[in-house]
Amino acid sequence: MSDIDMDRMIGRLLQIGVLFAGAVVLLGGIIYLVRHGGEMPDYQHFHGVPFALHELWEFDARSVIQIGVLLMIATPVLRVAFCIFAFAMERDWRYTVISAIVLGVLIYGIFGSH
Amino acid sequence: MLKGLPDGKCARQIESMNVASLSSLVFAGSVAAGFLGSLTGLGGGVVIVPLLTLVFGIDLHYAIGASLVSVIATSSGAAASYVRDGYSNVRIGLFLEIATTSGALLGASLVSHVPTSTIATIFGVVLLYSAISSPPRDAVGRGGSANSLAQWLHLNGSYPTGDGPTKYAVRRIPLGFAIMVGAGTLSGLLGIGSGAMKVLAMDRAMGIPFKVSTTTSNFMIGVTAAASAGIYLARGYIDPELAMPVMLGVLGGALLGSRVLARVHVRVLRNVFRGALLVLAVEMIYNGLAGNV
Repeated sequence: MSDIDMDRMIGRLLQIGVLFAGAVVLLGGIIYLVRHGGEMPDYQHFHGVPFALHELWEFDARSVIQIGVLLMIATPVLRVAFCIFAFAMERDWRYTVISAIVLGVLIYGIFGSH
Repeated sequence: MLKGLPDGKCARQIESMNVASLSSLVFAGSVAAGFLGSLTGLGGGVVIVPLLTLVFGIDLHYAIGASLVSVIATSSGAAASYVRDGYSNVRIGLFLEIATTSGALLGASLVSHVPTSTIATIFGVVLLYSAISSPPRDAVGRGGSANSLAQWLHLNGSYPTGDGPTKYAVRRIPLGFAIMVGAGTLSGLLGIGSGAMKVLAMDRAMGIPFKVSTTTSNFMIGVTAAASAGIYLARGYIDPELAMPVMLGVLGGALLGSRVLARVHVRVLRNVFRGALLVLAVEMIYNGLAGNV
């Protein structure tokens, strides 16, 4: 795999990720507006409701949007994971390690830092 | 927990607005931000937070959460076309992402410790910088002396110019790396891409050609923002229902902007957008110092 092939695949990966995540958010957004469009939002005051994994299984408007948001966040993470694989294929061990460090920081940020 | 919002007229109007109207207006504003941001190269994310807080009276924490998600979306959405053109340098990007993601973790964990008014003031200053920093120009790589670290890291590359592929050498790597930690910290603290500071590190400090700097920066923004996302989610800064119109709007606007790029007078638009950024920056600093945000 050449650097150019790798660049192309990364571009493709990001494009698919964004379109897919965007479509899921749009779907959730339509459900949200249909069901809750007439309600009064309160964004003036911060409530700080932490994200909870079990909410995703409720499949209401909020959880569908949340799944889309998580897919969006996962897209660049997947890109870095792909780089580890691609550099390993090129036998560029230096950049396999550098990609792995970046992925490590990302995973720590998602799971370990709170 | 917070003092709410400025007691302005529009803020009070927002309070009497239902979900459908608020979502539509936020969507429209985000389309405009994404469109102008991508057309002018100044980035749309940086307008989202002042738009949401100053115009819609939304709490700063929700605003930076929604902004962060839209920043990831536009970075990933635009990267596909940048990569194809052969300007961005994946190795420089990845290496410096070690710095930006670490900084982002620091910045995101600072949000709950720094007073909201201070965050707003810092935001205003960063906005001010984006408004007055020099516009994109076609600087050529400054070559520079042989740098053994750059060689060891395979950072030197080439990019397409009018005279065919032109080589460039990367210098002052520790300085660039340090600025990138700062760019990451600001990204995590403010929910922005901090593209201007990333370009500063690559273009000014490391001597990387401007086009390579901007495209590689755009590439890095999504990864940097993803590092903060876990902390934002855990603290409840990302409200899915608010992030929805912002993300879809900015993404749609940015895609639209990249389509019409060739057909409009970017220079005029850039000056108009700069003016808007300047006004928002002053408002943000004023409200921050006055403790209104």
